Amino acid sequence: MSAREVTAKAKHLEMGLSDADVLEMYRYIVLARALDDRMWVLQRAGKAMFVISGPGHEGAQVGMMWPLDRKHDWFVPFYRSVAAVLVKGMSPAEILLSLLAKATDPSSGGRQMPAHYGHPRYKILSTSSPVGTQYPHAAGIAYAAKIRRTGEVVITSIGDGGTSQGDWHEALNFAAIHKVPCIFAVENNRYAISVPLNKQMAVPSIALRAQGYGMPGSSVDGNDVLECYRVTKEAYDRAKRGDGPTLIEFRVERLGSHSSDDQQERYRPKEEIEAARQRDPILTFGTYLRSVGLLDDAKDQQLRAEVQREIDEATDVAERAPDPDPATAARHVYYDPDPDNPVDPVWWRGDTDRRR
Amino acid sequence: MPEIRYLDALNQAHHEEFERDERVIVMGEDVGRKGGVFGVTMGLYEKFGEDRVIDTPLAESSIVGCAIGMAANGLLPIAEIQFADFIHPAFDQIVSEAARMRYRSNGAFGCPMVIRVPYGGSHGTALYHSQSVEAFYAHVPGLKVVAPYTPYDAKGMLKEAIRDPDPVLFLEHKRMYRIVKGEVPEGDYTVPIGPAVVRREGKDISVFAYGWMLHESLQAAQALAAEGIDVEVVDVRSLRPLDKETILGSVAKTNKALIVYEDNRFVGFGAELAALIAEEAFEDLDGPVTRLAGPDVPGIPFAKPLEQWFWITQEKIASAVRKLAHY
Repeated sequence: MSAREVTAKAKHLEMGLSDADVLEMYRYIVLARALDDRMWVLQRAGKAMFVISGPGHEGAQVGMMWPLDRKHDWFVPFYRSVAAVLVKGMSPAEILLSLLAKATDPSSGGRQMPAHYGHPRYKILSTSSPVGTQYPHAAGIAYAAKIRRTGEVVITSIGDGGTSQGDWHEALNFAAIHKVPCIFAVENNRYAISVPLNKQMAVPSIALRAQGYGMPGSSVDGNDVLECYRVTKEAYDRAKRGDGPTLIEFRVERLGSHSSDDQQERYRPKEEIEAARQRDPILTFGTYLRSVGLLDDAKDQQLRAEVQREIDEATDVAERAPDPDPATAARHVYYDPDPDNPVDPVWWRGDTDRRR
Repeated sequence: MPEIRYLDALNQAHHEEFERDERVIVMGEDVGRKGGVFGVTMGLYEKFGEDRVIDTPLAESSIVGCAIGMAANGLLPIAEIQFADFIHPAFDQIVSEAARMRYRSNGAFGCPMVIRVPYGGSHGTALYHSQSVEAFYAHVPGLKVVAPYTPYDAKGMLKEAIRDPDPVLFLEHKRMYRIVKGEVPEGDYTVPIGPAVVRREGKDISVFAYGWMLHESLQAAQALAAEGIDVEVVDVRSLRPLDKETILGSVAKTNKALIVYEDNRFVGFGAELAALIAEEAFEDLDGPVTRLAGPDVPGIPFAKPLEQWFWITQEKIASAVRKLAHY
């Protein structure tokens, strides 16, 4: 009874999140990190060509994705969106299939480099490598949602470097003019590969830029998972009410190098990397859960063991999966339906015959 | 059947498709209240409202980029680029995104959209209102590129492009809007994307052209008939996909090929036609595959004498035909 009294005052309950919610959120963060670690191991072992991922971003991503209706709403990701696409519905195995470029990789059938997420069933739009191009796509998806009155909300994400692209600015402008139901997230880890924030922009906060487009902007500590949720929930409700888009800056830490082809030790001070590790969302959120009596060492160990098993199983699935057949390499340049393809490209539209 | 202008045929196609399918929308600079700077979207705003007829900010990359998102979420957008000369900021969205969406997602996502592009030189349009951009885009797998010439084709191919599940770059030579007229049936019909068409039968030499260059070529062919040169004129209205059969069939018949295009000659679209004919019709040829194209300067200069120097006119075409016919 006394334990319940403690949690009754807990911050998450005041926000409308249940105990089960926050434990599930924590599980996603731990799962994303374990998956991330596995991807790097597979790369170091020579099984994966390349890794780009999001260690340190998981707390912000889980917080920002939590208000969404995972089946109904849209997500337009970027290459660090590991935790976000997991919350949206992708499985660790699906992500590892793309890492190992297998035929059954749902994002691209092994055509794109890893981390170019896309999944029609989970309404995750296919993404490319040029930075910033996804922002206008999100604005367009949201515009369609608005005039078709589907009630869908769109969330898209990008890094701080991406905010320098013209597409980023053009998308915010278009979205604000039309008050579309879109949340524009920026995961600001203060580095675009090696270029620090002060060489990327002169403004102290990316959220300030929202004013220039006529939309609300917030800046939030990306290691404070509940705060990430709260701010995104506000933006989500605003979008649902028809009051238009929101820009949210999530101040996160990049715990690793940009990618497996980069060594951050060459351009980041050791002390800074060490300090970043102290703000790891697994630590900060774990500490919160302990403080409200929802987590202890035993529970944590049990959860991590379960997650590890899931990652091991996913790795087996991905490693056993077949490579793509070169005979299929010329397919899908133009509309080219395959009755055997498990992915139905237009499943959510209900107008397949018209669209062919 | 009434004769209408090229422009009116395009406008008709818009109205009918908007009526037929509520997913069709148009977006671009001045397409709404003004009805487009050339008048192609006239009357749509009043009839279908601002949700479907969108006056966009002056930002080509997001005109195309937002249209890609709309296409992903159940709309059939027509993105108008006001002048081909201003399409370049959208190059990345067209080439990296629209054209690759299907391939990169292994068929999971498509990009059913039309990008309408007024192009080419007209009177006094100079460097930045006269460019031909077809070579950049015809190069890209995943895109379809068309340049219809007759008003009949303009209407039928635009309807086909709107209904096509893939992105179509739809080129409209500006000079044709008010000058080219033709019979266009009211009501629904489509013209398939892909096939070329022989506009004028002849036995001595084949001229391959599209857009305004087809107009000039037909005039030249008519003049040359009086000189006893029987010119076949082929309308290459679909640049990608390309109708090899009709092209090679014409060369097999006339044994001589002149390719006319307004774009800069070097690495222009005509170079692909020339390569195709050289590779696959070598045995049929009685003369060198020849290109007549725009000079390699950055654009059509403004002053009348300079403009005249650039233009590919029926006189220049006739002279190139004579030379090759007598080879």
